[in-house]
Amino acid sequence: MSELNPNATQELSVVGKRIPKLDAALKAMGRAEYIQDIKLPGMIYGKILYSKYAHANIVKIDTSKARALSGVYAVLTGEDVPKRMKMGFYKDNPPLKKGKVCSFRDEVAAVAAISPEIAKKALDLIEIEYEELPGIFDPEKAMEKESPLVHEYHKTNVLNLPWKLHYGDVEQAQKDSAFVVEEKFTTQWVTHCCLGTSGAIALFDAKDNLTIHTNTQIPSLAQKDFLESLKAMGLENKRVRVIKPIIGGGFGSKLDTYAYEHIAILLAYATRKPVKILFDRVEEFKATSTRQPTIIFIKQGCDKNGKLTFRDMRMILDNGAYTSWGATTPSVMMMPITSLYRVENVRYDAKCVYTNNTYSQAFRGYGNPQATFAIESTLDMLAEKAGISRIDIRRLNRNQPGDVTPQGFKISSCGLSECIDAVEKELAIDGPKEKGIGMGIASLIHVGGGARIYKSDGCGAILKMDDYGKVDIFTGGTDMGQGLDNITAQIVAEELGLLVDDINVVHSDTDVCPWDVGAHASRSTFVAGNAALGAAKIVKKKILEYGSKLLEAKPEDLVLKNRTISVKGDPEKTMPIDKLLRKAHFSPGGTMLMADFFYDPANENMGKEMKGNMSVTYAFGAHGVKVKVDEETGKVQVLDYVAAHDVGRAINPLLLEGQVYGGVLMGLGYALTEEVVVQDGKTMNANFRDYKLFTAMDAIKIKAPVVETYDEHGPFGAKGIGEPGCVPTAPAIANAIYDAVGVRITTLPITPEKVLAALKEKKKRPLN
Amino acid sequence: MTTNISFSLNGDEISYEVKDHWTLLHLLREEMGLIGTKEGCGNGECGACTVIVDKLAVNSCLYLAIEVDGKTIETIEGLASNDGTLHPLQQSFVDNGGIQCGFCSPGMIMSSKALLDENPNANHEEIKHALAGNICRCTGYVQILESVEAAKGQLSGGGQ
Repeated sequence: MSELNPNATQELSVVGKRIPKLDAALKAMGRAEYIQDIKLPGMIYGKILYSKYAHANIVKIDTSKARALSGVYAVLTGEDVPKRMKMGFYKDNPPLKKGKVCSFRDEVAAVAAISPEIAKKALDLIEIEYEELPGIFDPEKAMEKESPLVHEYHKTNVLNLPWKLHYGDVEQAQKDSAFVVEEKFTTQWVTHCCLGTSGAIALFDAKDNLTIHTNTQIPSLAQKDFLESLKAMGLENKRVRVIKPIIGGGFGSKLDTYAYEHIAILLAYATRKPVKILFDRVEEFKATSTRQPTIIFIKQGCDKNGKLTFRDMRMILDNGAYTSWGATTPSVMMMPITSLYRVENVRYDAKCVYTNNTYSQAFRGYGNPQATFAIESTLDMLAEKAGISRIDIRRLNRNQPGDVTPQGFKISSCGLSECIDAVEKELAIDGPKEKGIGMGIASLIHVGGGARIYKSDGCGAILKMDDYGKVDIFTGGTDMGQGLDNITAQIVAEELGLLVDDINVVHSDTDVCPWDVGAHASRSTFVAGNAALGAAKIVKKKILEYGSKLLEAKPEDLVLKNRTISVKGDPEKTMPIDKLLRKAHFSPGGTMLMADFFYDPANENMGKEMKGNMSVTYAFGAHGVKVKVDEETGKVQVLDYVAAHDVGRAINPLLLEGQVYGGVLMGLGYALTEEVVVQDGKTMNANFRDYKLFTAMDAIKIKAPVVETYDEHGPFGAKGIGEPGCVPTAPAIANAIYDAVGVRITTLPITPEKVLAALKEKKKRPLN
Repeated sequence: MTTNISFSLNGDEISYEVKDHWTLLHLLREEMGLIGTKEGCGNGECGACTVIVDKLAVNSCLYLAIEVDGKTIETIEGLASNDGTLHPLQQSFVDNGGIQCGFCSPGMIMSSKALLDENPNANHEEIKHALAGNICRCTGYVQILESVEAAKGQLSGGGQ
């Protein structure tokens, strides 16, 4: 941390405070309106029919009985979908399928009816004749030439994506290494389990402009997708208004547009009525996307002192039958692979492979948890082989401020060292322990200053002040429960000398809010925060200029605090800000104070060889865990957990802790209990009884020490914290289990069955 | 088939003609417009629809509406005072970060209320047990448990 860094030395009165979430009281009273709660006049209900097979030709669809049912307004099949209406990163996914289905979640027909019950009855009346085809469910097998093709036109099941890099010379570095470890890891399907299920309401106005209320994390990109759909429907030059109501959780699940949204649009257009589609819990499990399952091959080496020499990784990702933005997760996996710890020689190759399974999507961490599981597990293996302590190997290879990583990431602030110290302070990782007890540690790097995955990583903000000292700020950023409304309000209040209660944050309505690339990549505090700060700075300058005339003082001598403008060192010269605003407004040639600002961080798209400074700054952290493994049952009990994060600055420690705690428990589910069980493409556990989430009974105390490095680029020094909490949990747990009972589990989730099997295997092995 | 039932809802006496297959959740949300009670699964697995019937926390998605005849129902809408003052549990969830996306919050608060009404000095394990049927995906439960603990102090403190 530089002494000259202004972010480190500011005196702050609103930023840094534990201010409760602005909409919490509304939510506590049960008055917050989610998509579940919205009813528009004349609204009818849509329902979707899904495929009965994982892979089949559609021979015939007969919808006549469904159409004849009283109360049914429209029945659509793939035949009714315009040819160019396709979704996803690869544009391989029409909202209703025609000719062939490629997974159980394929949408084959949709109905709009006067009630959800009648819509469901109509679905039951649709008759479809299928001709079943052999399916392919194993991504490694799907890569073989003789395997059935998921999409014949694509000619191969391997997607044509550029996920490959090689920096330095991995082959030579391996030869030169004193110690090398090699392992294969696999990770499972997990799903977001947002408590509020997915849903949308679409309606057209008299001029065929579309308004869609939808659960999205990307209002502006969704608007673009829907405009493309309208164009495919022959509706050129129309307007699309995307309104995101309060949503019951995001976690990455809403980073693409989904079939149900486009189907709602088609049904609304066919009926000229507002059409609502709302998922039930079974649909939410079966027809929304998961985290990418991966097969990971990794080699890492170090010299005789433990300094990392190379990292060589190869991955196969089960893409499922269609390609969402989630197919770009390998580009984010590159971040920990090339840049977690200092390692010069790095190679990575990832293949995304079509199968007849459910297709995957974005999920908190965006590939980072999978990659970090392999990296941090093998780092412990390497430490053991080299005879170095697990803490020492991490300290020795830690990232440091000023580093430029092989991928070209410029590390501005970096508190990894302090995070490792904080974990070590709370848990003596290599101290003495009882039988069956073990400690584990794992670190993380993540984007903390935006992420230029899309062409723009920007966010706009419009700020206006009224005659009473109040602010409305219209931000492109999206609050989905994480608290961006607070972050925005606290930043603006701090800059303008106001209180949080003075700030009204308006978000998630494309008619009134500026563009933003979306609530992803832990970017909102940093990017939307900087956008809000930029707009506030412009208005502040205007207030100071006007105040300097009214108070007869230089602008640089004026201070805004507690709703008042005053002259430094002259307590007599002072004026309430609302009075200043009225004087500005109601004087001849009057003015009102407002500003707009678009902040696009100076980060880079990855160019040739996948190089480029993806984020303006990076977030770091280290997690430590103490577990108890029952050797009789294989059960792993988490006794203690420390999650230390370098957050730049905690704009709001209360909400920050909430992000860390929530991330950690989600990560523990990933490590220990959660899995969407898929058998021949079919989801077998589409309910909360069989999909094992942690409950309050399993809740643990989590210590969350905050390391503040006051990043020079962040708003008041802040970096992102949305995702990091769930990134290093699985390897920390796996490392602790190894420490406790000497078995290395390489497949997630680490169930008691796997631990028991590994213990049994270990007992069979002769001692070396 | 419909049946006329009478019940107390948040202190008001209500008479309502209900269809025999309606759930209490359907009656509250779809018929009476009380949107505070949420449907997270419809199968009694997530607790988002928790309301209090005769002092017991129940999943209203599994509870038939006709069964509430003659009973006393409390929903999230009945907790705050008429002057807008939040119930100490609501205030505590607000102040302690117990609410993020908020979808589980009404059910979480109602389960907590049923517990503390019956056992104002519930210990940490009893609180965890009482909330075991309420799933939250945002908070990791840490700040929810802190919220209930803090409210417990206030509720018992206020009563003495």
